[in-house]
Amino acid sequence: MQGFFEWFQVGWDKIWGWMPALMESTAVTLELTAASVSTAVVLGVFLALGKINKNGVIRRLSAAYIFFFRGTPLMLQLYFVYYTLPDILHKLFDGSSLEFIATGPLSMQSRFFAAFLAFSLNIAAYLAEIIRAAIQSIPKGQMEAARSLGLTYGQGMRLIVIPQAYRRMMPPVCNEFVMVLKDTSLVAIIALMDLTFQTKQIAALRSSELVYIPAMIIYLILSGVFTLIFNKLEKKLAAHE
Amino acid sequence: MVMVQTEDLCKSFGELHVLRDVSVTVQQGEVICIIGPSGAGKSTFLRSLNQLETINSGKIFIEEQLLLHRENNATIARAGKDDFKSLLLQMGMVFQSFNLFPHKTVLENITLAPQQVKNTPKAQANELAGVLLEKVGLAEKAGEYPSRLSGGQQQRVAIARALAMEPKIMLFDEPTSALDPELVGDVLAVMKQLAAEGMTMLVVSHEMGFAREVADKVLFMADGIVAEEGPPEVLFTNPQNPRTRQFLNSVLPQ
Ligand SMILES: Nc1ncnc2c1ncn2[C@@H]1O[C@H](COP(=O)(O)OP(=O)(O)OP(=O)(O)O)[C@@H](O)[C@H]1O
Ligand SMILES: [Mg+2]
Repeated sequence: MQGFFEWFQVGWDKIWGWMPALMESTAVTLELTAASVSTAVVLGVFLALGKINKNGVIRRLSAAYIFFFRGTPLMLQLYFVYYTLPDILHKLFDGSSLEFIATGPLSMQSRFFAAFLAFSLNIAAYLAEIIRAAIQSIPKGQMEAARSLGLTYGQGMRLIVIPQAYRRMMPPVCNEFVMVLKDTSLVAIIALMDLTFQTKQIAALRSSELVYIPAMIIYLILSGVFTLIFNKLEKKLAAHE
Repeated sequence: MVMVQTEDLCKSFGELHVLRDVSVTVQQGEVICIIGPSGAGKSTFLRSLNQLETINSGKIFIEEQLLLHRENNATIARAGKDDFKSLLLQMGMVFQSFNLFPHKTVLENITLAPQQVKNTPKAQANELAGVLLEKVGLAEKAGEYPSRLSGGQQQRVAIARALAMEPKIMLFDEPTSALDPELVGDVLAVMKQLAAEGMTMLVVSHEMGFAREVADKVLFMADGIVAEEGPPEVLFTNPQNPRTRQFLNSVLPQ
């Protein structure tokens, strides 16, 4: 018992020394989450529009995309984007006029970019269904009114339907954001210095297992704060209806 | 000038034949009321005119120009891309359920289409909207959101919104049937004024008073055909078709 308190005391004192490193990696986690979710929302809107498109080919392509990204493990998608994709691009484009594709961020073995890409593509597949449901929940009369005024289908979607659907998809998208915040810890497998990987490094190198505690507290605070912000935001949007 | 002409319009939803050879001619400035039992195809007819539904076969002319000719569910001929668009813009539509854009103010509802479709400068679109709101008696509501208006006010905004595209033909699909009885009068008053100004109008409505007072011609539709047509005073008082008589008996207070 005496030994435990001593061990804890010593470890706890060290926590403040780890703080700068933990903060830095927290920023990576936040950036990755924000960048991935916002990109996924845009991509998800296009996938949702694809799924309700009149053109059967576009509909099937969107469905296939969603099926693929929901039907394979995110971990493998991450490995694929980080390890396999650069090779493929080099084989395809090296020496050609499209070489910039192979030498761009995809091939730089940028861990952040690979994680960002894999997460965006994956989250988009999950958000697409939510966004499709939100778009289809807008009464048909809205698009009909837009069309009868001479707007194109695209204008009707962009100016009338999607802005209204946007309010309805806010709650599930915010929910997804908080989920992704924690799911990004998966990037440890490609050694991106996010909060989880940093914590693991500290634990291993400095042999201080206590570091898991502040790491979890940071995740908790982030989840709590964002949940709070999003709840406020939803109330504001709802009041506007 | 003939503003709208249809020849043998047919439309079916699967096995259900909703329009069967509907041929109608509307002269400039005419007000046509379309009546008939539920499911007769009245809405489908209006919606086929402005292409919210695609006909299976038949011809549609707007201002004596061919808009669309289809046979056996295939397009035989249609106006060129630009003509098609501008002919469609000759028709404005007012819906039973108003369909105002709830995330836009009254003013924005009215100015959106002119700005987006005709590239009308904002100042000019606002000015036109002001004139139209004045006309429908809602000048003071420009800044409100639709949810804050009564049904009758919403429908008058919807009329102003359609008029902002400066159409020559107005299609009304039961514009007052979603309204509380005490709000119907204001909307009908706006429609009467439009008729008096010479607007060509196709009105699906069971407001017999309006039809009697304003309509040049009443069409009675049943089972996808125009079963009888004539001036209101003749059709209402001396209907020839037994279906018309039966229908009128069911809707007119005895
Ligand atoms: N999109 C659709 N898909 C399938 N059936 C439809 C569709 N739209 C209309 N119908 C059917 O077509 C028939 C005619 O409908 P329509 O709305 O034109 O009738 P209406 O004369 O306007 O009737 P009401 O007075 O009830 O408005 C109805 O039986 C209706 O159920
Ligand atoms: Mg109808």
